[in-house]
Amino acid sequence: MNESNMTPSNGARPKPWNNPKVRMFVFQTLALATVFWFGWTLFHNTLSNMESRGISTGFGFLDETAGFGIIMTLIPYDSTMTYGRTFFVGLLNTLLVSAMGVVAATIIGFVVGIARLSSNWLIAKLALIYIETIRNIPLLLQIFFWYFAVLQTLPSPRQSLDVADMFFLSNRGLYFPTASAEPEFGWVMAALITGIAAAVFVHRWAKKRQLRTGQLFPALRVGTLLVLALPLLMFMLVGRPLVWEMPSLTGFNFTGGASILPELAALWIALSLYTASFIAEIVRSGILAVDRGQTEAASALGLRSSFTLRLVIIPQAMRVIIPPLTSQYLNLVKNSSLATAIAYPDLVSVFMGTTLNQTGQAVEVVAITMAVYLTISLIISGLMNIYNRAVALQER
Amino acid sequence: MKKQLLLVAIATTLGGTLMAGSLQAATLDDVKSRGHVQCGVTSGLPGFSQPDENGDWTGIDVDTCRAVAAAVFGSADKAQFTPLTAKERFTALQSGEIDVLSRNTTWTLTRDASLGLNFTGVNYYDGQGFLVSKSLGVNDAEQLDGATICIQAGTTTELNLADYFRTKGMTFNPLVFDTSEQTVSGFAAGRCDVLTSDRSQLAALRSKLEDPSSAITLPNIISKEPLGPVVRQGDDQWFNIVKWALFVQINAEELGVTQANVAEMKSSTNPEIQRLLGTTGDMGEKLGVPADFGFRIIQTVGNYGEMYDRNVGPDTPLGLDRGLNALWNNGGIMYAPPVR
Repeated sequence: MNESNMTPSNGARPKPWNNPKVRMFVFQTLALATVFWFGWTLFHNTLSNMESRGISTGFGFLDETAGFGIIMTLIPYDSTMTYGRTFFVGLLNTLLVSAMGVVAATIIGFVVGIARLSSNWLIAKLALIYIETIRNIPLLLQIFFWYFAVLQTLPSPRQSLDVADMFFLSNRGLYFPTASAEPEFGWVMAALITGIAAAVFVHRWAKKRQLRTGQLFPALRVGTLLVLALPLLMFMLVGRPLVWEMPSLTGFNFTGGASILPELAALWIALSLYTASFIAEIVRSGILAVDRGQTEAASALGLRSSFTLRLVIIPQAMRVIIPPLTSQYLNLVKNSSLATAIAYPDLVSVFMGTTLNQTGQAVEVVAITMAVYLTISLIISGLMNIYNRAVALQER
Repeated sequence: MKKQLLLVAIATTLGGTLMAGSLQAATLDDVKSRGHVQCGVTSGLPGFSQPDENGDWTGIDVDTCRAVAAAVFGSADKAQFTPLTAKERFTALQSGEIDVLSRNTTWTLTRDASLGLNFTGVNYYDGQGFLVSKSLGVNDAEQLDGATICIQAGTTTELNLADYFRTKGMTFNPLVFDTSEQTVSGFAAGRCDVLTSDRSQLAALRSKLEDPSSAITLPNIISKEPLGPVVRQGDDQWFNIVKWALFVQINAEELGVTQANVAEMKSSTNPEIQRLLGTTGDMGEKLGVPADFGFRIIQTVGNYGEMYDRNVGPDTPLGLDRGLNALWNNGGIMYAPPVR
């Protein structure tokens, strides 16, 4: 073995094969080599088998013309573009619905989880019913419900419900006006940035003053006002530099403006409500894990109950909440692949569905898709771990 | 060191097993030792392959596969069916999960050349069409600019549609569903204006609507869709058996041999019929199946015309005219090489 030659001679005391360091190194190298060899054999075997059966291999297909249409794309796409492009279209659609789902599920989950512990009997029971109902019904059924059952009740585009001739709701989705900015809009953006900076400044000042004098200042309210009012004022001053484009009915459907597809809405609602029911239970258990003495101590200090919850209970509960919350986020991202059942063009539907089928490159496409989901999962759990470390108990 | 040897031994054994898997076995031997032919079919398309309330499969694709079972075993019952979505079908065949894919699959160059598969023939000549709701007032595909269109994922339909709209300079919104059931639900819920698919499928899907008369099929045919059975590449014997099981059915119709008269036809003096039914010659032997395989196929499944009429013909809920699928000497293009 080469490895034994590489170890420094520590005098004549232990024989190399009795030296724990040498043995550790040798065995770990061997184990690693075996794993690699096994993986390589698997890889090589698959490739040669596919070749002998006349199945094309390789990633060259990513540069070929895709030739099919996709209903919703966040980047420019048409059917003359490549399969590589369809990959990014699908990936972005998956990321969009996942991000929207994570935000909504977190908000709903926290509200319901806290409501579940409310001293108000009705609120607590309603939260309980929500949790037990939603988390015990298979997600696919819920997606179908939000998609097909709700779609059926919506009118066709020609009879769509409209609000002020600007918002149109039909079974083709929700259409709303879009605005494009004129050059003067830059002033409004500048005002917005100034507003944010001012709000941060007020917040810091209020905190310092509270430490010095103990007096509270409504920094949140003043800050919100600054961020909203300054740009609005500037918007009026420079003469409303926005051009609105209204959706209008032409032929089969609305054109102009922007829209939210029913597929996206149904998937988003189903994913959010479903994951929220699990998050609610995680929040509840996190709050219950905080010793009751903490609440008593806080009220003994004269803190209001909303302050107790925000400043004492939740921060401590977060330590219990974050690890299981992370796995709920991962579940949500993976569950978003059920999109394929209701025609939302996510990664699995576009890339592992149509692209795989048109090219027949199953092994490559599945490998890429698996790598994507693995990467997303690792990034989420990495970020959550960083956050977890930030809120972990500081031992001094 | 013992541990390490053990590891190497395990790894070698595993590797060896994987290597052994790469050797291709003859499909016919596998089928014979298993005792039945495993066929991949659609998960439910009236007229093509659909399980009835007893779980028995019926349809033209199902019968095409039963003919193969009849050729090998002498009995059409020796076929079992695996329902597959359009997305799953090729992988299932490539990986050996099924012996024959008989699932209204369009024969295209890409599929023939790059998937490691071979198409054995055409059991239905089809073309892509459009199904629209009557209330829309559309009567030609050229009026479909801007329409929302429901499609099933993983089909040639998706590509034809994009090509058609691009060449006509029109736009469309594609809604791609996983299964034909979901595609119909999307259409029935009014989510799309148009459902596009092969015209035979449109007839089948239309029959699934709550009120079939509320939808019409547009006259336009935008593509050629030759549908037929598929086998794995590299096993010529099996390829020939599947190919000739269908050719025998087509030849039988041409020669007037039917399920009803096949027994008396055995004593026919027509040399073509004699070769077809195996009373003379060694046609079966050449293929590696029993000599009377032609007789068995006609006896248990019937000739092509009978198979057509029973499953998709004018007297069925689908009501499809023979059209292109009529015999070559009868105005169609259904034509089989001679049994000789």
